[in-house]
Amino acid sequence: MSGHVVPTRVYVGIFLALLCLTGLTTWVAYFDLGPMNTVVALAIAVTKMLLVILYFMHLKYSSGLTRLVILAGFFWLAILVVLTLSDELTRHWSPSPDPWSVLLPLVRGLL
Amino acid sequence: MQMRIRGCPVADAVVHNAHPPGFAHQFEDIEQQHEAGNLGMWVFLVTEIMFFGGLFACYAVYRSLHLQAFELGSRLLEVPSGAANTVVLIASSLTMALAIHAAQTGKRKSVVMFYLVMTMILGAAFLGIKFTFEWHRDFVEHLVPGFGFEVRPEWGAIGQEVPMFFCFYFFMTGLHAMHMIIGIGILTVLTIMTARDRFSEQYYAPLEVTGLYWHFVDIVWIFLFPLLYLIGGHYAMGGGR
Repeated sequence: MSGHVVPTRVYVGIFLALLCLTGLTTWVAYFDLGPMNTVVALAIAVTKMLLVILYFMHLKYSSGLTRLVILAGFFWLAILVVLTLSDELTRHWSPSPDPWSVLLPLVRGLL
Repeated sequence: MQMRIRGCPVADAVVHNAHPPGFAHQFEDIEQQHEAGNLGMWVFLVTEIMFFGGLFACYAVYRSLHLQAFELGSRLLEVPSGAANTVVLIASSLTMALAIHAAQTGKRKSVVMFYLVMTMILGAAFLGIKFTFEWHRDFVEHLVPGFGFEVRPEWGAIGQEVPMFFCFYFFMTGLHAMHMIIGIGILTVLTIMTARDRFSEQYYAPLEVTGLYWHFVDIVWIFLFPLLYLIGGHYAMGGGR
């Protein structure tokens, strides 16, 4: 037999944990935590993802090479999200004025 | 150390066909073949991570641009349906894992087939809830952009931005549903292959890599559920259905 055999009770345990986390994330959504609502929802989602990847997808028992490939995938995803948002969320920080608000009066003055 | 020719002990290599069914010659042993298969599937799944990741990044940007409209749109979705679907999908991941477990431990093929069929039924239940309880209702209530979307007066100034949320909602859940339909198709083939005794304790790679795919689709939903349904300020419950 090839591959690691995970005992059935581990799968059932992970299933129950995922059910509890689903209940928790739904319950928490009805409380006003301000910006923490998003943080809590994502933290629970990441926890559920780790449970699925580690046990259902057997990452806990897989080789270093497979782990490296998955890590590289998530690293690239982080580049995509972080660099996109670092542009998008910091645009209003810029102290320089909108170029048109400078250029238009100049052009009007010349005319 | 035992002498080996192409990974087989010498005695077996002479008797050419003495290898487990499903074992390909280019591999050292069944373990290596198993690992190569899993690694290949993970490389595919990484491309899927980037595929859905692009959508998620896009969603993050547009949500920050139209925060109020996205929160309003989120409150128009059915949280109970979304939560029920999460439970159904997690249950289908469990039955998928149990199907592979049954194959690994050499259970009778009827056991493997039972778990595979259960996985398909739960997957179909997910799609049923999605299409009949949610999409159909959205259509009736004129919440489908491009198919008679109606901006309601009570939404106020941000009303014109709400269709953007629903575009994301239908594209993300639609692409996810498409992955589910493909998954159910693959599971159908696997059930037939199991019935024809194509798998054994040594060789069950198609089950294993399909399991990886199915769990991946589950993970996508694990993120879609909070991002679309939950983080819309349901405690306020203003402007709901």
